[in-house]
Amino acid sequence: MSNAVRGPAIEVHGLTKTYKSGDSAVEAVRGIDLRVEAGQTYGFLGPNGAGKSTTIEMLCTIRNPTSGTARVAGFDVVRERDQVRRRIGLVFQQQTLDLQLTAEQNLRFHADLYGLGRADARRRIDEVLEMVALADRRSDAVMKFSGGMKRRLEIARGLVHAPQVLFLDEPTIGLDPQTRAAIWDYLHDLRQRTEITVFVTTHYMDEAEHCDRIAIMDHGEIAVEDTPEALKSSIGTDRIALRTDDDELAIARVRERLGVEAGVHEGQVTIAVADGAQVVPRLFTELGVGIRSVTVTRPSLDDVFMTYTGRTIRDSEGPQKFVPPFAGRR
Amino acid sequence: MTSRDTTDRAAAVGPPVDLLPEVRSDMTHQLRATWVVTRRELLRFKQDKARMVTMLLQPLLFIFVMGTGLGSIVNTGGGTSFRTFLFPGVLATSVLFTAAFAGISLVWDREFGFLREMMVAPISRASIIWGKCLGGAIVATGQSLVLLALVGTVGIPYSPVLLLELIGCLFLGALLLTALGVLLSTRIKTIQAAMPISQLLIMPMMFLSGSLFPISGLPEWLAVLTRLNPLTYVVQPMRHFTLGQLNLTAAEQERLVPVLTWFGWEVPIGVQLLAVAVITLGLISMAARVFRTTE
Repeated sequence: MSNAVRGPAIEVHGLTKTYKSGDSAVEAVRGIDLRVEAGQTYGFLGPNGAGKSTTIEMLCTIRNPTSGTARVAGFDVVRERDQVRRRIGLVFQQQTLDLQLTAEQNLRFHADLYGLGRADARRRIDEVLEMVALADRRSDAVMKFSGGMKRRLEIARGLVHAPQVLFLDEPTIGLDPQTRAAIWDYLHDLRQRTEITVFVTTHYMDEAEHCDRIAIMDHGEIAVEDTPEALKSSIGTDRIALRTDDDELAIARVRERLGVEAGVHEGQVTIAVADGAQVVPRLFTELGVGIRSVTVTRPSLDDVFMTYTGRTIRDSEGPQKFVPPFAGRR
Repeated sequence: MTSRDTTDRAAAVGPPVDLLPEVRSDMTHQLRATWVVTRRELLRFKQDKARMVTMLLQPLLFIFVMGTGLGSIVNTGGGTSFRTFLFPGVLATSVLFTAAFAGISLVWDREFGFLREMMVAPISRASIIWGKCLGGAIVATGQSLVLLALVGTVGIPYSPVLLLELIGCLFLGALLLTALGVLLSTRIKTIQAAMPISQLLIMPMMFLSGSLFPISGLPEWLAVLTRLNPLTYVVQPMRHFTLGQLNLTAAEQERLVPVLTWFGWEVPIGVQLLAVAVITLGLISMAARVFRTTE
């Protein structure tokens, strides 16, 4: 099993998707470039309507691009569709199991669809069921499974045919925190044991921390792409939130004595500085205003997301219709 | 299990190129995929015992309650009971319901997401449609066998040839109706719409096939409608085979199993069945085409 010399798992050039809606055309994806190295866990973030789903659907050969090219696992998504399909595993947001069948029958069906031999199929089904800790429930109808178990089974199913790239679209949405953590444990486990490439979208910024690299998509374009660490340091500031006895005076003093602008956010005086820990002592000595509490926050991926999309990830949740935001931009 | 599986799981779960099947010839691949989809229908049916019982109840009511009840006022023109006359028609009707339901289940597959699992697999859209149709038809035929086993109770001998002829007709009829259901499902996207629309289709097909009454001596408009209904060409051969086992008088023959004509031409049984087969193939390929372009 030599994976020593391998091209990128995903390579995208000028990928564009335009939808017709009535007389006008909507550019959902505007000529993006993307490169995901083999073996990486790649986070794909963005507000709803940013073009994430459309991009994933093009990479998974569900939709054809309007223009541009995409190669997944070394094959062209349009011209070599079935070659791509054999080499990718998919876990969708909506569940796609046959609830009437048992866990094992669902996996068996999948193995058959992908043309695995009988012995290979049996071995892989045992392995993936073991991996997601559902081996003892293999003969139960999926109908009886909890949401978390179904999701685990879907991840297992996505792995049955030993794909090179696993696409996960919001794999933890609607799950409780324990189950979310468990699913990421499986993904870590998987990554340690294999050289699989994982391409994942998520709304949970804490989950994006698990990724080797992150791309943030907005308005059909890639707004920024880097490692989580680099992204966080790129926006560079710690945030100090204060509760004071006199906010207005505090803001004036901060400007005057620290030379920094402050504002009020959610009832707290908020200051952005390079190194929060060093500034806190000065606040007590130089402000001359009663301080009731201080919180220092390191930049998080939430802040990164906010900086590059102008929205918090929570604002962007919920169903939203795609509206071309800057129609004349290109 | 080899030691590789336990000692070197990393290698086993890795992206092993050896797991990828040989690229078979296109035809073999398509047939295999079709069979996989077909087998799912059979598996689902096996899992669903309740469906079997409920689907059997209705034809039993038709034959033994309606057949017996109306039998006293219906004159068959001889010694043949109305129940005997009714049997092949109700047998065909029973597959009508189960097969159409099996075809429509594509809407459920879509609604519950499973369709997507099939759509992203490295198989063609046509194999999904063919698999759904064949699977549905086999299930529907299988269900009707229980009813078929009761053929003796209406005074028809258990002749192996007759049973084979009937099973063949039932399968053909089931495939016709499953194809129709699948074709509908490619257009109808919601369960709420699928149920009434399929009812709207099934009921007229049942009544206009001559399953419950002989197609002799009908008023012109009704005669035309029955001849336009493809199910008629399943029901008539089945009745022909069934009543052929009895020694009917010429009057009974004339009345119960009249010769079906197109503009005066007596249509042979073989041609009737061939017509059904052609229509069925047409429906399946139409469904596959719609499915490929819209899904």
